[in-house]
Amino acid sequence: MGNEAQPADATQSVDFQQVQQSEQFRELRRRHRSFVFPMAVAFLLWYFGYVLLADYAVGFMSIKLWGNINVGLVLGLLQFATTFGITAWYVSYSNRKLDPIAADIRGEIEGHGFESRGQAAGAVRAASAGEAAKGAQR
Amino acid sequence: MSGMAFSGAVPMVNVGALKDTTLLNMGIFALFVLVTMVIVFRASRNNKTAADYYAAGRSFTGSQNGTAIAGDYLSAASFLGITGAIAINGYDGFLYSIGFLVAWLVALLLVAELLRNTGKFTMADVLSFRLRQRPVRIAAALSTLAVCFFYLLAQMAGAGSLISLLLGISDWGGQALVIVVVGALMIMYVLIGGMKGTTWVQIIKAVLLICGAAVMTLWVLSIYGFNLSNLLGSAAEAANNPNVLNPGLQYGKSETSKLDFMSLGLALVLGTAALPHVLMRFYTVPTAKEARKSVVWSIWLIGLFYLFTLVLGYGAAALVGADTIKAAPGGVNSAAPLLAFHLGGPLLLGFISAVAFATILAVVAGLTITAAASFAHDIYANVIAKGKADAGTEVKVARRTVVVIGILAILGGIFANGQNVAFLVALAFAVAASANLPTIVYSLFWRKFTTQGAVWSMYGGLASAIVLIALSPVVSGAKTSMIQGANFAVFPLSNPGIVSIPLAFFLGWLGTVLDKRGEDPAKQAEMEVRSLTGVGAEKAVEH
Repeated sequence: MGNEAQPADATQSVDFQQVQQSEQFRELRRRHRSFVFPMAVAFLLWYFGYVLLADYAVGFMSIKLWGNINVGLVLGLLQFATTFGITAWYVSYSNRKLDPIAADIRGEIEGHGFESRGQAAGAVRAASAGEAAKGAQR
Repeated sequence: MSGMAFSGAVPMVNVGALKDTTLLNMGIFALFVLVTMVIVFRASRNNKTAADYYAAGRSFTGSQNGTAIAGDYLSAASFLGITGAIAINGYDGFLYSIGFLVAWLVALLLVAELLRNTGKFTMADVLSFRLRQRPVRIAAALSTLAVCFFYLLAQMAGAGSLISLLLGISDWGGQALVIVVVGALMIMYVLIGGMKGTTWVQIIKAVLLICGAAVMTLWVLSIYGFNLSNLLGSAAEAANNPNVLNPGLQYGKSETSKLDFMSLGLALVLGTAALPHVLMRFYTVPTAKEARKSVVWSIWLIGLFYLFTLVLGYGAAALVGADTIKAAPGGVNSAAPLLAFHLGGPLLLGFISAVAFATILAVVAGLTITAAASFAHDIYANVIAKGKADAGTEVKVARRTVVVIGILAILGGIFANGQNVAFLVALAFAVAASANLPTIVYSLFWRKFTTQGAVWSMYGGLASAIVLIALSPVVSGAKTSMIQGANFAVFPLSNPGIVSIPLAFFLGWLGTVLDKRGEDPAKQAEMEVRSLTGVGAEKAVEH
């Protein structure tokens, strides 16, 4: 059970608030959110724009472009294309901009870079981490 | 659809000939069961811990898991339903499949990796991470069970009508017997194989389904000289209605039906990434990066498959004809099998029928293990036993739950057989989008989110989605309603999402700003750091 997503021994004494406030982590969070939020908004707008067109602009969607291929079919296939495109873009962005910095922070935490200093704060965390760790043993 | 009169110019398929292939269909299906059983037995030999049982020891690769996700997601409703919808309603069926695909971007961008990093077995693990365990876990488990129940019932009831089509069994008793067989097989897979066995069943089924659909697609295209425009023209000609190529045939009938489609689109796009049986699949891989790869694989496979269904749907319209399809046992759902018979005769029909069976089996297995894990891990271990149950007991409870759920599914499937329960799949998506997604998004991205916000949002979303469906035309007051002869349909739409999803987001916000108890900022920091870095969750498999 070495790969549980809950506090293992190595991370029990970590001061996560200290990590959260570190320059490096804030940069990771900024990079992540500045990609996923605008992208999520963009594809949702594009999808609902398309659904609105299909619902309320049937005439426009029925315009034939080549043979029997109409605007509606082209826009529909473009939904597939953008879905594949955003997927590929996100993977490449993560590989370049997110994974290396996440690995750095992980290495630092696991190498005891963010040990907690305050005794009281540590006790609170140990209690809550212990509760979660019980779950991990199951 | 009066404008779709059969022109009589297209070649007919002899529906009676379908029954002659029953033995062949059963033989191919039996072969599938045999092969998967052997694999499930072999895979389950190392099932020891809870992580083995619920999460397959986190031993699958991204590509394996992505294929399994496609196998889990491409239900009979996707394959038979969408092909049939395109064959009958043309473009509007295609519109449906686009919502099912685009939805995966929500999973990719906002949910999969962060969830993999912060949870262990169930959705409730993530949602209760930094909030108060008990109330949040109970709410998350209840909504998980609700989604699984609706989805499971739809699949089991669908099995009945599918069987009448594929095996030529039309009497109620015979169909009930087949539902019992499907249920019993599913219980065996999940009981013995756990998540590992379930995953392998889904992988094998996905490969068979996608290969079968690919062969049929190429076949249809080759008939039309690989010219999509010719295929479309032929479909429009066979339907005697050029509007099958345009949107609006199904959803454009009235202002209500247009709004209804918007509501459905919202539920599809926001519900997929919050379906508990999809979320649980992300725990079967060792790292967040593999979780990302899983989604990438599933997006490619699912997207490819929906492109196939476009060709298959129009192909069925052109080669089989809408009237023949509607007249066949199984109605709309018979488009794909009839097309298979038209193309490749009994052998291809037998293969496609067996794949359709395998599809139901794989999907119900995935739903059952999710529901069992949620009951055993969230309700039994964390709420009833208050975290004091040991791993062995928890897995034992999970296994018993599998049997109980399996029996309930069989009974539900037998009683729902013949009822109009097609709305249940849409309801499952609406419940997932309303009850689960707001809390998932808030707890991952909103620092101030509190327990009260989570509880209000989950119960509010769950209750509003179910109540609105109960008061909608799918339950009463219309010709196609589940309950005939009564009318309490005060809500005009068949899909509650357009009301219940914004309401659940609003309740999550309101509950949070009105909550006098704050949450522990240390747990929030821990969750945020873990979700983005994968610390503590990223070690190599060590057992």
